Amino acid sequence: MSAVDPGPRRGGLHRRAGLAGWIFITPMLVILGVFLVVPVVMALWVSVSDWNGQGNPFAGGASFVGSTNYAELLTGGGLPQRDFATSLRNNGYYVLFVVPIQTALSLFLAVMVNRRVLRGRGFFRTAFYFPSVTSSVAITVLFLFLFTASGAVNRVLAVVSIDGPNWVNDPRGVLHIVLGALGVDEAPAALQAAPFLGLSWWQWLAGPSVAMCVFIIMAVFTTSGTFMLLFLAALQNVTGEVMEAAEVDGASGWQRFWHVTLPMLRPTVFTVLTLGLIGTWQLFDQIYVTGNAGGPGKTTLTPAFLSYSTSFNNQQWGRGAAIAFLLFAIIIVLTAVQRWTLRERGVPRRRRFWRGVTP
Amino acid sequence: MSGATTTTRPTDAVVVRRRGSRDGTLLATSAAYAVLVVLAVVYVYPFLITVATSFKPDAEAAADPLSLVPDTFTTAAYSYLFSVSDFPLWFRNSVIVTLVVTAGRVFFNSLAGYALARLPFRGRGVVFALLVAVMAVPNVVLLIPKFLVINTLGIYDTFAGLILPLLTDAAGIFIMKNYFESIPVSVEEAARIDGAGVFRTFWSVVLPMARPALITIVILSFQGSWNELSHFIVASRSADLYTLTKGVAQLSAGGLGQGSQFPLKLAAAAVMTIPVAVLFFVFQRRIMSTAEGAEKG
Repeated sequence: MSAVDPGPRRGGLHRRAGLAGWIFITPMLVILGVFLVVPVVMALWVSVSDWNGQGNPFAGGASFVGSTNYAELLTGGGLPQRDFATSLRNNGYYVLFVVPIQTALSLFLAVMVNRRVLRGRGFFRTAFYFPSVTSSVAITVLFLFLFTASGAVNRVLAVVSIDGPNWVNDPRGVLHIVLGALGVDEAPAALQAAPFLGLSWWQWLAGPSVAMCVFIIMAVFTTSGTFMLLFLAALQNVTGEVMEAAEVDGASGWQRFWHVTLPMLRPTVFTVLTLGLIGTWQLFDQIYVTGNAGGPGKTTLTPAFLSYSTSFNNQQWGRGAAIAFLLFAIIIVLTAVQRWTLRERGVPRRRRFWRGVTP
Repeated sequence: MSGATTTTRPTDAVVVRRRGSRDGTLLATSAAYAVLVVLAVVYVYPFLITVATSFKPDAEAAADPLSLVPDTFTTAAYSYLFSVSDFPLWFRNSVIVTLVVTAGRVFFNSLAGYALARLPFRGRGVVFALLVAVMAVPNVVLLIPKFLVINTLGIYDTFAGLILPLLTDAAGIFIMKNYFESIPVSVEEAARIDGAGVFRTFWSVVLPMARPALITIVILSFQGSWNELSHFIVASRSADLYTLTKGVAQLSAGGLGQGSQFPLKLAAAAVMTIPVAVLFFVFQRRIMSTAEGAEKG
């Protein structure tokens, strides 16, 4: 065919495909460029400016203030710094609890629902996945109802003689409550120092507030279904043959899970942890819907919400943008750290050695 | 592990070695059922409570939050939503935004996905790398920037501002690209030899073959834009442009003035869930298809 095909015509076809390629991606380039790339550059400028929301920040509506906005948040010592630190602490605990629990639970659900002998698998999958498709607004409204002081959750707890708290209105940190039960109600001298971002050790170590626990439970409830599907897809690659081989070798169910299934699910665990980490650092919708601006006692204030309210409610656009970029940096750094630690531990020693000696 | 329950199984007499694991399976299965049923109740019951409570009067909702059958059945919440509040307007706005966004994503994502999968053009690698980079930017970081651009373009507080930024998404382009790559090239070659142009080949030959991927895009776009909140918060202000998410968020955040009025809020939540739920149950098998693939009994 190529013998018959004259060179110039082929080149023409190629060029035509090339032109078509650019035409095909133009809408995508324009939309993503205008609403994703340009905005990031604009916001970077605003974060180092003193724009007050009046006029155009690029046509003389703002002047360059250097790192002032960032300094105010990181070393300012005032309310902006305290609020930022508080939001980091709150969101940090949220991530610390949600990511491991949702990963473990979704893996557990996937393994359970994947059992071949199980009847009604379709029903269970549907039941677990359904919360994932509903809107965060609807789920938040529902959870605010379930977790009122005399709500459904406390009624269930009452059955087992637990006196449930006034959930969304309780600012006490969980660790503080535990310490209180042990007789430590005040900050011990050792924890009174404020070494980092203007919050004392005692405040950093408060634990998630009771109110934040509601959001932690909500996140696990809504995301475990999505991640269950990811794990289910991966479980299909664990072939029956490998399992049978392990079974014949006399491996128990737990051993098979631990030594055969889990290693094969590694890439998915990796993905779920990364997605979880990125998603949980952006807690916003739920806080907005609750309508108490990060209360009680600022214990559900998150960087994302703080960035929004600083900009849109207080008109401190530079500071709001700076919070957004600091959050961005945190997400990137933590994701990189997570990937790096897991990758290191993931490579078996033998293979690492083998890789080392191969030219 | 007793052997009593397994004596009826003919294979056990033969394969002695496997008997232990069979017994284990039976026991484990019963335990699994118990755990799964409890979990399923935990996942499903809240939605049943939502529906049940929306038909209760306020006092009963507060006094008896667990019961699924209202003592006093009332549709007051729904009649308030649909005849007094702006709920119908929010619903209409959500429908408009969702339909346009979904149509736009199906078209633009498949165009871009096809170009990235099949059309060799200079700079394709760079465009692809940029796309990956864009996916890594957290949505929340873009709240303020998006407002700045929308404001600068003069489309703040218009439908254009709500819709345009959502018309394409990197994840959707990836799905389309991957699917197009799985379609044999020979199909397109045949069409081209017959004299079809690039767009014609794409539109009438390749796109119809990509139906499964297109349905995935429809599901994800519908769900995504129907449930979107933060973008709508920063892109508009006027009450005329409230979508369901924004309207119900405002209801929830205390826009009602007095009392907690949970039946009303939960009725709103229930109604806003219906379209997504319908889509979910219609396309359920496809959504779950990742997991159904290797199921051979």
